[in-house]
Amino acid sequence: METRLNGVERDFLCEPRQSLLEVLRDELGLTGTKEGCNNGNCGACSVVLDGRIVNSCCVLAVEIEGRDLETIEGVARGDQLHPLQSAFLDEAALQCGICTPGFIMASKALLEREPDADEARIRHWLAGNLCRCTGYDKIVRAVRRAETAIEEMNV
Amino acid sequence: MTTIERPAYKVIGTRPIRPDGVEKVTGKAQYAADARPQGVVFAKILRSPHAHARILSVDTSEAERHPGVLAIITAADFPQAEDKIEDLGEGAVNLRELSDNILASEKVLYRGHAIAAVAAASPHEAEAAVQKIRVEYEVLTPVMNVLDAMREDAPLLSETRHTKMMGGQQSDKPSNIAAYNQFKTGDIEAAFAESDLVVEREFTTAMVHQGYIEPQSSTASWNADGTITIWTSTQGAFVVRAQVADVLRVPVARVKVIPLEIGGGFGGKIPIYLDPVAALLSKKSGRPVKLSMNRTDVFEGTGPTSGTVITVKAGAKGGRLHAVQATMRYEAGAYPGSPVGAGAMTMLAPYELENIEVHTYDVVVNKPKTSAYRAPGSPAAAFAMESVVDELARTLKIDPLQFRINTASKEGTKQVTGVPFARIGNEEVLQTAINHPHYTAPIEGPYRGRGVASGYWFNGGMQSSVVVAVNPDGTVNLVEGSTDIGGTRASLAMQLAETLAIPYEAIRPIVADTDSIGHNDVTGGSRTTFASGMAVYEAGKDVIREMSSRAAKLWSVGPDDVVYEDGTFRCLKDSTKEFTFRELAAQGARTGGPIAGKASLVARGAGGAFATHIVDVEVDPGTGKTQILRYTAVQDVGTAIHPAYVEGQIQGGVVQGIGWALNEEFIYDEQGRMLNSSFLDYRMPTSLDVPPIDAVIVEVPNPGHPYGVRGVGEVPIVPPLAAIANAVADATGHRFTQLPLSPRRLIEELDGAE
Repeated sequence: METRLNGVERDFLCEPRQSLLEVLRDELGLTGTKEGCNNGNCGACSVVLDGRIVNSCCVLAVEIEGRDLETIEGVARGDQLHPLQSAFLDEAALQCGICTPGFIMASKALLEREPDADEARIRHWLAGNLCRCTGYDKIVRAVRRAETAIEEMNV
Repeated sequence: MTTIERPAYKVIGTRPIRPDGVEKVTGKAQYAADARPQGVVFAKILRSPHAHARILSVDTSEAERHPGVLAIITAADFPQAEDKIEDLGEGAVNLRELSDNILASEKVLYRGHAIAAVAAASPHEAEAAVQKIRVEYEVLTPVMNVLDAMREDAPLLSETRHTKMMGGQQSDKPSNIAAYNQFKTGDIEAAFAESDLVVEREFTTAMVHQGYIEPQSSTASWNADGTITIWTSTQGAFVVRAQVADVLRVPVARVKVIPLEIGGGFGGKIPIYLDPVAALLSKKSGRPVKLSMNRTDVFEGTGPTSGTVITVKAGAKGGRLHAVQATMRYEAGAYPGSPVGAGAMTMLAPYELENIEVHTYDVVVNKPKTSAYRAPGSPAAAFAMESVVDELARTLKIDPLQFRINTASKEGTKQVTGVPFARIGNEEVLQTAINHPHYTAPIEGPYRGRGVASGYWFNGGMQSSVVVAVNPDGTVNLVEGSTDIGGTRASLAMQLAETLAIPYEAIRPIVADTDSIGHNDVTGGSRTTFASGMAVYEAGKDVIREMSSRAAKLWSVGPDDVVYEDGTFRCLKDSTKEFTFRELAAQGARTGGPIAGKASLVARGAGGAFATHIVDVEVDPGTGKTQILRYTAVQDVGTAIHPAYVEGQIQGGVVQGIGWALNEEFIYDEQGRMLNSSFLDYRMPTSLDVPPIDAVIVEVPNPGHPYGVRGVGEVPIVPPLAAIANAVADATGHRFTQLPLSPRRLIEELDGAE
């Protein structure tokens, strides 16, 4: 397969039965994408494929030929965190952290199309990502904080 | 935040970023499933399709011939386990039962019970080979709920199990009732007779799961020298080590457990399921073996918490709670050990009561063996008790919080065990709740209602061990051994920074493997910030003593002539002489070698925590859906070391409680097959289901801890079940006694009531 992965051309071999999640973790060594349920219910494996948020457990690896894929490993620029990553830290929006990569990918996809999403919209958008530790309150606050930070950066 | 008598702290009470934070937001943090030792191979487990059956034979010959298969094990490969009780910190286990739960030998006792395991070059080959293992069963009738299991004629999970009673007595006949206990004080019948009002109801809660997002995963390497290395997801690496050593009959020192980041636990990652299986497969195959559960394995094969049936009869007199009689029946799952005792000891804690009679039953059923789940045993008990208290208060036309204030337990109040409370914050919490703007705001509109409830958790102490090393540049390494689930690296580093009077950023905390630090009990029972925090404080004092003696040596004075204040060592004999912490840290090599402190202790003085919650709901009578409109959780935390992480614990516990109240349950068919073993059908709350949770921190410092810490994580899950049920009763005029309050149940009961 040939794909654009986190901005870099990348080719790899896989079996037809392997999911994108499995290939990312087991073949490409990108373990930041997490497995929580392997059937599309929890969102821990969220990645951005051609600008759309998808559950990588529900995508076959062979489907990404020629497409643009972004994972949590591509969100920070070197040691410069993305505003969402900083906001998750500042707002204490993670506890165990297993769902965090998925939430950051899902939130990033939202803010790229709706940079001023309100609380209700954020809660609706993130309903595909389960978090069992935080009760979501601080996650929603972190996304709102990131909106402000991104807006200030763009001024 | 309501704070009572607190000293001025520099670091405690601030909100720094957690040491593990950047790794977690960038996807670099390593969890158990991310471990990849060189040459690793993959394993899968064969699980029972039956809830109750005798295993007649297991034939692995065809599976062994499957291409790529490297090793297969069954229970026959385990050394014969002893009948020995191991205390896991949040509950004890019998090692023979533990071993049998990991791989079944003679009987399978629940659907999903593990029987055999295969290691192969790839997970797909292991999965295919598992399908080729042939098991012959004699299928038996399953017993699927606590009341059925208690009947005289119930099918028995074990023919040799008798009911254990107080004083070491046992029942004559075998029974599914593994244990019976009772607590009594006062004259219960006379107290009911003199009560103004007596209410009696029976309450049912469903078995629910902790629902951590990370499935269990373990990778083990049985090394050539006979040592075993295990990379795993656990709340207690030392407890894993002890259990693996016991089950495999190897010396403890030969097992090294490396705890990786843990993706949630809530009590469910205290028992072991995979570690000895991966280790034996590694021994047989000569390769490191990775064994990970999928979500269905987690639901069907790991410990949830008990379904319960609790009867409460309570009397009120003079506007106070006067007498309580309760019968508590908890499902233990396949092996004994439900948290019914903790339920009994917490349910009456908010009240000053003289007339009590409580009966408890620990009952085995054909469901997974239960394990701890956040304040084990307490939420179901509080659901029953706080519902009855609500009904008493409302019927007597007394404000339900005022009714609780009238009867509130306080310092010196005798608990159900007879032991009096030390300083507790129950009254402060209730006063904060009754004056909170949420509670004083009106609630109006059809099918809207407000509910309140209180809850209690003991908080744990137990064993902790830490080492503190001071580096020549003034930075400090803190080596601890308690799993960090909710931010304890931060809360411990903060306590050390406070003790050493140095910046939080100068301290680097790590959670070490079992070879690298003394024993630490599990992260559970809300003990870590309390108990490991106490160890950190003692180790910090040890460092200051050591550094004072170094300064004394340099100044040629006695150690008592040196004081440490605000980050500076001063000489009492000569006011011109002083060292900052950093300056003295650089003098280690000249003054006697590396500077380090340590502490190993059993933490005494745990301070119990009370919470009172207020919730507004709206019920849709057409669909049966209950919407949470507003939620306020008031809790005494002792001292909030890191207030943001305290709020996070409270908010997370509340939302788990909301799920328990409204949607979550294990649904079984008559054959004992779980019908909803996925996150789609086992419905946990999403961001859309809950409002912002207002966490109100009350600080009544615990006198048993140098910084007043009580423990935070458990008690927030205790009140939500009852608070929501009370709000639904207020909204609909109908008292619900069975959880979850699913749309279907609401519609059925409301239609029936009309």
